[in-house]
This record gives sequence, structure tokens and C-alpha cells, in this order.
Amino acid sequence: MENFSLEFERPVRELQDKLDKMQIFAREHNVDMTRQLDELEKEIETTARDTFANLTPWQRVQLARHPKRPYSLDYIERIFTDFLELKGDRCFGDDAAIVGGFAKLDGRPVMIIAHQKGRDLKERNRRNFGMAHPEGYRKALRLMQVAEKAGAPIITFIDTPGAYPGIASEERHVGEAIAVNLREMFNFTVPIICTVIGEGGSGGALGIGVGNAVMIMENAYYSVISPEGCAGIIWKDGTKAAKAAEAMKITGPDLLEMKIVDEVIAEPVGGAHRDHDKTAVLLKNALLRQLANLDDLSPEGLVNHRYERFRVIGAYA
Amino acid sequence: MPLFGRPKFASVTYIKKPSNLAGPTDIAAETVSKEKPKDTCKGCNGSTPQHEVTANLGICPKCEYHNPMTAMQRITLLSDANSFRELDSNMKSVNRLGFEGYDRTYLEKVKSTGHNDAIVTGLCKLDGQEYAIGVMDFRFMGASMGSVVGEKLTRLTEAATSRNLPLLIVTASGGARMQEGCLSLMQMAKTSGALARHSLAGLPVFILLTNPTYGGVTASFASLGDIILAEPKALIGFAGARVIQTTIKAELPPDFQTAEFLEKRGLVDRIIHRKGLRRELSLLFSYFKPGIDARS
Repeated sequence: MENFSLEFERPVRELQDKLDKMQIFAREHNVDMTRQLDELEKEIETTARDTFANLTPWQRVQLARHPKRPYSLDYIERIFTDFLELKGDRCFGDDAAIVGGFAKLDGRPVMIIAHQKGRDLKERNRRNFGMAHPEGYRKALRLMQVAEKAGAPIITFIDTPGAYPGIASEERHVGEAIAVNLREMFNFTVPIICTVIGEGGSGGALGIGVGNAVMIMENAYYSVISPEGCAGIIWKDGTKAAKAAEAMKITGPDLLEMKIVDEVIAEPVGGAHRDHDKTAVLLKNALLRQLANLDDLSPEGLVNHRYERFRVIGAYA
Repeated sequence: MPLFGRPKFASVTYIKKPSNLAGPTDIAAETVSKEKPKDTCKGCNGSTPQHEVTANLGICPKCEYHNPMTAMQRITLLSDANSFRELDSNMKSVNRLGFEGYDRTYLEKVKSTGHNDAIVTGLCKLDGQEYAIGVMDFRFMGASMGSVVGEKLTRLTEAATSRNLPLLIVTASGGARMQEGCLSLMQMAKTSGALARHSLAGLPVFILLTNPTYGGVTASFASLGDIILAEPKALIGFAGARVIQTTIKAELPPDFQTAEFLEKRGLVDRIIHRKGLRRELSLLFSYFKPGIDARS
């Protein structure tokens, strides 16, 4: 995975490798190559800027799924302090595909609810690739109820291909678990801010996505069905995923225009995975900005604001 | 499908019998006449002529399979004659994404069903009790939920809340409508939000799950009934069986995702045979009217 790069990232990757080698050479032979190194760095910057200036929706989907992309816990550790994970749905078990708990955002207590993917094979399995079972959504609801008592704003990070499609999931009614979250999230009197940090896969994403503010990272997507799934159903051809990604308008600017998201958070050139620290700062700034806006609203005001926010979404005549 | 002797339902209040006689059997009696035996029961694969099934509220006389009903057939079954007033019948879908082929498919369905989208909503009475009803019609693009379904259902729920009425939603859906992208996903939240307000007002929601109910509909309003009813053998789930099979690469239990499977696992309050549906619903409504008939 250390060497993983997407097809369209390759030119940047190759220059990066060259830079790395040059740095090692300079160090080992004690040669001053500052000028060459600077030039190469500039070239990398330009190439990355060119490559990333006009990404297709499908390329963004690939970036959203990039194995080196920052996941929720990467952001949590960089943005918040005193994260105190809280587990379990008090009913069946603890679902590692969704993590949650108290944390402090610049000293202010908040409740975090977030999908979590795994970095290596073992963790991926444990986290079920970020695909939660019903107990994940029920844990999320329980923690949101705790947040309501504590008066702590709820901050969610969405990063899932979808709720898990399996027998156990159906037996324990994942649809009901998501539905109840949707309903109950409308009743909380604390601010709710949701950010799609990678994959916003359908109902599994929305299940922790009813916020006063909904944001999306530049190279993330939010969709009613995976592009592959859509292509399979509509064109009977799963390989037309790129076309489906285009047709469903699943990335930031389109979602902003349809009022599905309120803000698109820019990523460093080359994508979030190239600089976790810098991306975390950008995300943190956006969270603080949104939270400050919502602080003007009363508890009832927040409930009404959230209702009206979703009430207006739709296209009909 | 001219079940009531009319090919299409231009008028939503159309019914022949006076209200006190309009029980399920009376409705069925009207429907036999002009049917030609063409299609057959979906449950036992072709052994029963369509008109026999139709005459029996869509229930196959041989295998008891509950075949689909149209939205208007369902409303007629569950309301007093001439009591139904439709809401937002003219609301139409807009191809906001410019999705290839959507306009054509949509217009075809408008033509073939006589409805402007996959749900019919309105206010009606059942045994004198006024209530709000929304019925999804699977013939219309698999009753997929797009903006129109979401908006009509939200308006219906808001109307029920402001008028202090119970709400019944009869579901059938393949899920969210892909052709409307994320706009359709958001309808799940919108409808659930309206139901939250209805619930806070202390009003009851009844859901009748019919075959098939899936995806975003299951993961929103279809699962939010105070009472969740289902028709026998209806298939109900979040993910489709094929998707699950592809994911887990294992055999699924034989009764997987049936109403019976879900009743056993605690999602469904009652499975109701269509012939008893009207009576049971009326009885259920009566439990939410404290003080009336308290001593009788």
C-alpha cells in the first residue's frame, strides 16, 4: 500500500520518487543540490495542480476511496483533544465501523460520531470496511442522546460505502436503525454538523447525516447508490461506473447547487492523502466556522433550522 | 389494469356503492365483468386466470398469494365511499440532473398509470374516522422515491399534523430513485423529519408494508410506524437479496426478508390478510380515540 497510486496520480508520483531519490543522494554524498531540489518541487506542484484542476467525478470517487486517504480517527487525533471513545448500543454489541465519543474542539466539549475504515487488512476486517451493522447506527443514536443531555454539539464524519448488506444486518433491521436515526436527529436541540470526508454511500451515510450544516470534502462523494451499482441497474453494465458518477452529480459543486451540502472543503493540491495534517487544519477551520454560525441559534431555533434545511430539498413542479 | 371496470382513474372519488356497503367483498363483486383471462397469479405461476385473482382483491383463490394492487384500488379498499380527497395530484417530477432516459421513462409511466408519480396521497375516512393516507404504486418506476414522492409524503404528513389526524402509509418500493441522485436520498431525511413532528404532536402512524418494500423507503418512513403491519409473504428489506448474496457469497435462508421472517424477528407487529385489512385498520384507529365508546 505504501506504493499505491491511482492511474492519474502517476506523473506526480514519479516526480515525487525522483525527488526522494535526489534528497537521499544529496544527503549521502553531502552535495548541495538545493537548486535542483527546489526546481523539482516546483515541478511536482505544477504537475499536481494541472492534474487535479479538472478531475472527473469518477476520479474523485477513486480519491475518496484512496487507501492512504485520512480516515475519521486521523482527523480526530489532529483536530480534537481528550477524545474519549464510548462504545456499544446497549442491545447487541459494539460496531467498530462507527466510532463515537466525547472530545474537545479548541477546549469546547463535542460529541463525535464517525464511520471508521481500517488501514491494514486486519483492521479493515475489524471495521468491516466502514460498513456498519444496525448496532453501529443504534450506538450512534445513543451517543447523540448523551450529547443532547450534555448540551454538546454533535459532529459527524461520514465515510462509508454503505450500510452492510448482509443477513445479520437484515435480521436486526438495519433499515429501521437508520430510519429511527433520521427521525430522531431532527429532534435534538444541540447543533449538528456533518461532514462527508470520503465516501458518502447512500442510507448508510445519511444515517448519521441529518445536520444543521452538511459539508463535503473536495475529493469526496455523496450518492444515493454507488456508481457501480447505478451502472449495473440502469445500463446493465457495472463497468460504466464513470458514466454513472458523472450522471448522478455526486461531488461537491453539484451538491452545493442542489443545497444538499452547505460547504465544500478544499483539499491540499494532490488530495487529502498527500497531506493529512494540512487537510485536518482545513477541516477544523470549517467546523469552527460552521459551529460559530450555529451558536447564534436557540435550541428551538436549531431544531427549526434543521427541519427547514432538509424541507426545501427536492426538484418538482 | 381495469380492475374496477375502468381503465384509468381520472376521478379519485369514483365509487359505485354507497359508503355503508362498500366493504371489501362489495368492491370485489363489481370487478369481475369485462376482464379477459390473460395474466395469471404471480404466486403460483400461471395457474389462475387474472379475473379470478382480481375478483378476490388480488388474492389468488388457489395459493392465497397477495398480488399487487394499484394505489387507487388500495384507497378504495381502505376508505368510505366518496370520502377520499386527493392532495397534490398534479405535482410532477423534474429531471434536475438531466439524467439520460429519465424523461422518457417518466412520461411512459405517467401515461400507463394515469398518475404523475409513484404515490397517491390524500385525506379520507374509514368507518367515519378521518385520516391521512399515502399509497405507493409499484407500477410507477418500481415506486422509487424521488422528489415528488418525498414532497407529497412530507406535505401529507404536515397536513395530518396540523389537522390532528392519524397517518397511514402503504409502502411498496424498490428504494430511492437513482435518476434523481442525491436529491432522492434527501427525501428519506425530509419525510422522516415530517414524521418526527407528527409523532411529537402525539399522533399515530400506521405503516402497511406490501410486496416489495426496499432500500431508502425501508430505511426511512416505512420503518417509522407506531404500528407496522405487513401483507403475507411480502418481501421487505434494506439491501436486495441479490446484493446480499453477491456480498456474502452464501445461501440465504428460504424465508429471508419475508413478512413472516420479519415478524419473527420483531420488526412487524402483525401480518394481515387483505380480506381482513379494512376491519383491522378500523379497529386499530379506534384504539387511538380515548373516551369514545369507553363503556360499551
